[in-house]
Amino acid sequence: MAGLSDLRDIFFVEADELLSALEEGLRAIQTGSHEAETVNAVFRAVHSIKGGAGAFNLKALVGFAHRFETVLDGLRAGLLAPEPALLGALLHASDHLADMVHASRQDIATDAEADERVITALEAHSGGGGVTEEEGFTFDPLPMEGGLAFDFNAPLPRTLTIHFRPHAAAFASGHDPALLLRDLCTLGQVDVTLDMQSLPEASAFDPGQSYLAWTLALTTDCSIADIHKIFEFIEGQCELTIEEPISDTAFVSHDPDFDAPTCATSSIEPDVDGALAGAQLAMPANAAAKPPAVAQTQPVSAAPRPTIRVDIDRVDRLVDILGELVIHQAMLTEAIEQSPGFGSVEVDRSLDQLRQLSRQIQESVMAIRAQPVKPLFDRMHRIVREASMAAGKSARLVTEGEGTEVDKTIIERLADPLTHMIRNAVDHGLERPARRDEIGKMTEGVIKLSAAHRSGRIVITIQDDGAGIDRDKVRQVAIDKGLIAPTAELTPQEIDALLFLPGFSTASEVSALSGRGVGMDVVRSEITGLGGRVGISSIRGQGTSLTISLPLTLAVLDGMVFEVAGQVLVLPVSSIIETLRPDMAMRHNLGQADSVLDVRGRVLPLIDVGTALGFRQGLGPGAGEIVVVVERGDEGAIALMVDGIRDQRQVVIKGLEANYGQIPGIAAATVLGDGSVALILDPNDLAAAAIPTARSPLTLAAE
Amino acid sequence: MRSSGYATDPDIRELVAFRTAGQDFCIDILSVREIRGWSRPALLPHAPSYVQGVINLRGAVVPILDLARRLGLNSIEDTDRNVIIVAAINNRTVGLLVEAVTDILGVPAAGVQPTPDLASETTRNMLRGVVVQDSRLIRLLDVAQLLPSIAEAAA
Repeated sequence: MAGLSDLRDIFFVEADELLSALEEGLRAIQTGSHEAETVNAVFRAVHSIKGGAGAFNLKALVGFAHRFETVLDGLRAGLLAPEPALLGALLHASDHLADMVHASRQDIATDAEADERVITALEAHSGGGGVTEEEGFTFDPLPMEGGLAFDFNAPLPRTLTIHFRPHAAAFASGHDPALLLRDLCTLGQVDVTLDMQSLPEASAFDPGQSYLAWTLALTTDCSIADIHKIFEFIEGQCELTIEEPISDTAFVSHDPDFDAPTCATSSIEPDVDGALAGAQLAMPANAAAKPPAVAQTQPVSAAPRPTIRVDIDRVDRLVDILGELVIHQAMLTEAIEQSPGFGSVEVDRSLDQLRQLSRQIQESVMAIRAQPVKPLFDRMHRIVREASMAAGKSARLVTEGEGTEVDKTIIERLADPLTHMIRNAVDHGLERPARRDEIGKMTEGVIKLSAAHRSGRIVITIQDDGAGIDRDKVRQVAIDKGLIAPTAELTPQEIDALLFLPGFSTASEVSALSGRGVGMDVVRSEITGLGGRVGISSIRGQGTSLTISLPLTLAVLDGMVFEVAGQVLVLPVSSIIETLRPDMAMRHNLGQADSVLDVRGRVLPLIDVGTALGFRQGLGPGAGEIVVVVERGDEGAIALMVDGIRDQRQVVIKGLEANYGQIPGIAAATVLGDGSVALILDPNDLAAAAIPTARSPLTLAAE
Repeated sequence: MRSSGYATDPDIRELVAFRTAGQDFCIDILSVREIRGWSRPALLPHAPSYVQGVINLRGAVVPILDLARRLGLNSIEDTDRNVIIVAAINNRTVGLLVEAVTDILGVPAAGVQPTPDLASETTRNMLRGVVVQDSRLIRLLDVAQLLPSIAEAAA
């Protein structure tokens, strides 16, 4: 068997999944979009957490989960109606359960009083309906301490019949039936019969399969739960039925709540609460068993696609090696192109295939790292709940595009900034309910969180339907704090952007939620650290919308390699609209130094990359003759002047932050085929640094 | 393994001595990762004048500082005989461009004299002391001070 600490880790990983399933289910019930199965799933989640917690002797958790489960049982049995107040309490309890699980993981005890308060509040909402018969059990602090519940009815020694057939998976995960049987011997006298019926002919024998089964006659005074404990870790990987002698059924019926005795109980005691047995039968251990009782219960849902858990470090190593592979492939291509043998069809074809293969590997590896944003978005529901409760507001989170996949690293590093922005939206964005009523809005504020892929980037939008930005107030605060001059003329966009200045906070009083001074500037620096951008827009009275635009991956991008002022640079292909060699007639000067390019009637700002980066002053002859038109998200396209285009290839992104720092206009660096470094341009930033009018006071202030 | 026997004596500090812009300097050997020949760096835009650019050091992008300019001395001649001392400073890897590495010194703690008072504030901030060896005056650099503007840029 695996070490206990490993099992503990697995329990907590699974508990996290169960918790999110729980929360999701409760939300589905809240919005009314649930089916009967949803309630069962919610119940099962809490139940499984309770079971696992019991195995690790986490008493507080077991106690809490048990009482939680009791209320859910009432809901499931239809004794309780899913009213908003009850659901609020249920969600609160699920949040608290999550806290308790996290605390247990770090071996911290939670505040027993808080636990009690939460669960009592929940029970108050449930009105005690349908749960009274379990009152005695509810206050039993050790529900999983084997058979404690049966002390009043201590089982007499009797002979149980146990059928045990391990699946091949059980052996694959290192279980040894001999050890289990030996454990069983400690409970009483065991008579073992080996069942070899399914053993095939020697020729058909597959050593990877499991053919053996055992029938055991165990004479013991232990409860069935004790027996199940022995088989606990092999659950789901074996067929296991335990049959009581008929005379002892009375004792079993006293225990409708243990996950252990389900199969046996159901097969000999059909009166057991049908729904309860159904839910338990859906659990892995029992899903595999085939007692007659299965027929009368809910269908077992289709097995999920098999997945494996992989240490993220391994994937990271793969990504690193892949980066080297791409670099060396580029080096090889370059070397071959310069060799005399180049031009032969075979070499060309092989190179092409190599390129395709390495791209496929790349995409596959990136797909491993890519994860849907759903778990991240799901966490935000809780943030909205807590923030609105603390701020005395009523708010609802609507999510969209949860299936959008992003690199795992990005998701992880997005959690903090997103939390902060959501809190801000609730705390500063939404009006108080009374005020909303006054102006004819729904009392409940809506915060919309959406994700979508747009031109090779992921765009996340946080939109509230609140009051919008009070620009006069923002401006006044900025003047008071000395961030801008009192005489400064700012456009509305520039005023909105003031919110991202370090140390800026408009909340008149500092609240527990936001407005601690570590505001949007931290959000912005975290997003830029990920190669992303934050934008803000707001309509007075209608709400504010924050837009985060992020690269899909932090590892590789398709780049166009070009030259400027003797330097080799890279532009992300995803941002390029077209390249052209313009006529002099297309170019027009605006003002003293600025010029624009007329591309088929569209007038674009024309920027020399060399000058913008400070590599040269003014253009020499033959320089800047090629123009690359790039897109800048919402801000329209710009035309960049470059000296020459080399080629297009995949480049491995190497951060500059680790050893140097961020450079305006530069997204990252990469290593070219010849081993030299080339910088990757960020056209948005570059334009901001180069177009004086677009250079807002905050970039000046931030520098 | 360090080849000299100094490391066994805890009192002795090993220092890498080098020459740039006509002056002798040294830094603690523990912050030196490697010493390598010059290779052309890629220019960095909007960088301070002493940042020469970045080079590829086995897959990592490492900035190169012209140490002479960083210290306010005359910039050294641009030749490929210059060497780069790759140093780890505050968890960053940085290349220091110098004319030549001259020596590895073993200096007892008492051998490092405090920087004389008369030096200007900027110079004093960069130095942790001086070592006099065979009538040569070798300035002991405080490597952490070489980077402040970079640290701000990343903040």
